[in-house]
Amino acid sequence: MTEKVITCINCPMGCRMTVQMEGKEILKITGNTCKRGETYARQECTEPMRMVTAVVPVEGSRMPVSVKTRTPIPKARIQACMKALSGVRLTLPIHEKDVVLPDVCGTGVDVIATRTLMA
Amino acid sequence: MTEKDLVIIGGGPAGLAAAIGAWEDGIRDMVVLEREKQAGGILRQCIHNGFGLHRFGEELTGPEYAQRDIDRAKELGIPIQCNTTVLSVTEEKVVTCVSAEKGLEIIHARAIILAMGCRERPRGALGTPGTRCAGIYTAGTAQKFVNLEGFMPGKRVVILGSGDIGLIMARRMTLQGAKVLACVELMPFSSGLNRNIVQCLQDFDIPLYLSHTVTNVEGRERLTGVTVSEVGPDRKPIPGTEIHFDCDTLLLSVGLIPENELSRTAKVELSPVTSGAVVNDLLETSVPGIFSCGNVLHVHDLVDFVSEESFKAGHAAADLILHGAKRSDTIRVLDGEGVRGTVPQMIRRGSADEVRLMFRPAGVYKNASAVVMCGDREVARKRAMIFTPGEMAVLPIPGNKVAELDGDITVKMEVKA
Ligand SMILES: Cc1cc2nc3c(=O)[nH]c(=O)nc-3n(C[C@H](O)[C@H](O)[C@H](O)COP(=O)(O)OP(=O)(O)OC[C@H]3O[C@@H](n4cnc5c(N)ncnc54)[C@H](O)[C@@H]3O)c2cc1C
Ligand code: SF4
Repeated sequence: MTEKVITCINCPMGCRMTVQMEGKEILKITGNTCKRGETYARQECTEPMRMVTAVVPVEGSRMPVSVKTRTPIPKARIQACMKALSGVRLTLPIHEKDVVLPDVCGTGVDVIATRTLMA
Repeated sequence: MTEKDLVIIGGGPAGLAAAIGAWEDGIRDMVVLEREKQAGGILRQCIHNGFGLHRFGEELTGPEYAQRDIDRAKELGIPIQCNTTVLSVTEEKVVTCVSAEKGLEIIHARAIILAMGCRERPRGALGTPGTRCAGIYTAGTAQKFVNLEGFMPGKRVVILGSGDIGLIMARRMTLQGAKVLACVELMPFSSGLNRNIVQCLQDFDIPLYLSHTVTNVEGRERLTGVTVSEVGPDRKPIPGTEIHFDCDTLLLSVGLIPENELSRTAKVELSPVTSGAVVNDLLETSVPGIFSCGNVLHVHDLVDFVSEESFKAGHAAADLILHGAKRSDTIRVLDGEGVRGTVPQMIRRGSADEVRLMFRPAGVYKNASAVVMCGDREVARKRAMIFTPGEMAVLPIPGNKVAELDGDITVKMEVKA
């Protein structure tokens, strides 16, 4: 049996929860004050997800364009996502919501621009 | 000298919301003056997400949030004059500003809204000893370099202060390829959100040193290293606890202060607690016709509340321009036990408008209530599982209760035994 300590991020209480696991199976969650903590701990122990935001250089523009994953992607793929983004070359103009990199690292999630940059 | 009904200083989220509020009420003869070449304020460089949950019901990045207000202002036809720095404001409501395009301009306004935002405490405020070499920046300056100019200020980084901007920059620098060695916090707790501690530090195994500070910086031209020491309960370094880090960059994230130089030239009364103006429930300062909102009034953690407050300032300024001044006697709002920096500091006597008091708890209070007292009568109460200094508390007083107020009120924390 293994134990994981997880801090709930859903409210300023910041409950510290202990999750007892047997392999991939969750046996018991303690330390949460409300149901939201348990749901969060379950997610964090099975498949933690994160939004990724970054900037990507644009040819002919001093200012890079800011981008985000349209929805959260698995936390384990953050570095791979950044690596994929470092290979992206963009040209002007770019509009907010334009797809910068489709289906990043096979996650099924697009990376989109969060700002408009005109020539 | 030109005449204008309304001049708004600052085109960040506060200035934009104030302008939209006033326009919706019928004001047309107005201008927003913005120093930078684009409107949007500090949000333009905050490319992470987490903005707008309260106001739009979805999580936006900073640039996306700012763009919504810029688009709305454009759609309405609100004039935003960028590349224009305001140099002074007087009590008589004369605004002096300068731009490359128009040179020096002097505008007399019937009403002015101050929305200049806040800035970070610079290094001078720290008193960290050591050499004065390159490689030391505020976290916000580094954020501007990385996110707006696409330039990385360094490769091996130590961050002093665990405020949210510092935490956000720890992740940003890591994702863009730097090694963040440590985040060092003087206090025994972080003032940043739990979410940022987990997602910006723990996700990347960046150690957080609580009750520690930077005691020496080394390097001649460029920073080469810093020494970090543990501090005792008196916050003084404990000899023998030194840890050395080889690094080329030190980021400072040690707090924000409202940018009130212009409020001073206008002789607006400032509060020593918030470092912002003293205002009434219409967000009007001690100088009639001058209003203040957003981070220049008090440092907010959520831009959603900045927008809410600033719409109100816009509506109030419009009312003054259209219907004339309605100055009345005021009652005072005082900070009681466990409460700091309540805004507004005054409420118009006889008003029947809802008032939303905002303040910072002085410490962490669990299972507590924030209570408003008028003499020994309870006026309003808000219960919560937790109040912390890192999160501004909002306590509404309904209009009918405001109408009944007959003397100064006090806001205080109450913990159930
Ligand atoms: C570096 C930094 C990072 C931040 N990160 C976050 C974050 O991650 N999340 C969050 O919720 N909040 C963050 N904040 C707080 C954020 O500032 C507010 O949420 C919000 O942007 C405040 O809006 P504002 O309009 O009051 O101020 P600002 O956005 O600061 O806008 C003020 C505007 O006034 C202009 N101005 C100032 N002086 C003059 C002058 N003399 N003449 C003409 N124009 C002038 C400035 O150029 C600026 O555009 C951050 C603040 C800073 C300083
Ligand atoms: S478990 Fe509930 S009370 Fe505890 S931090 Fe999470 S949301 Fe807040």
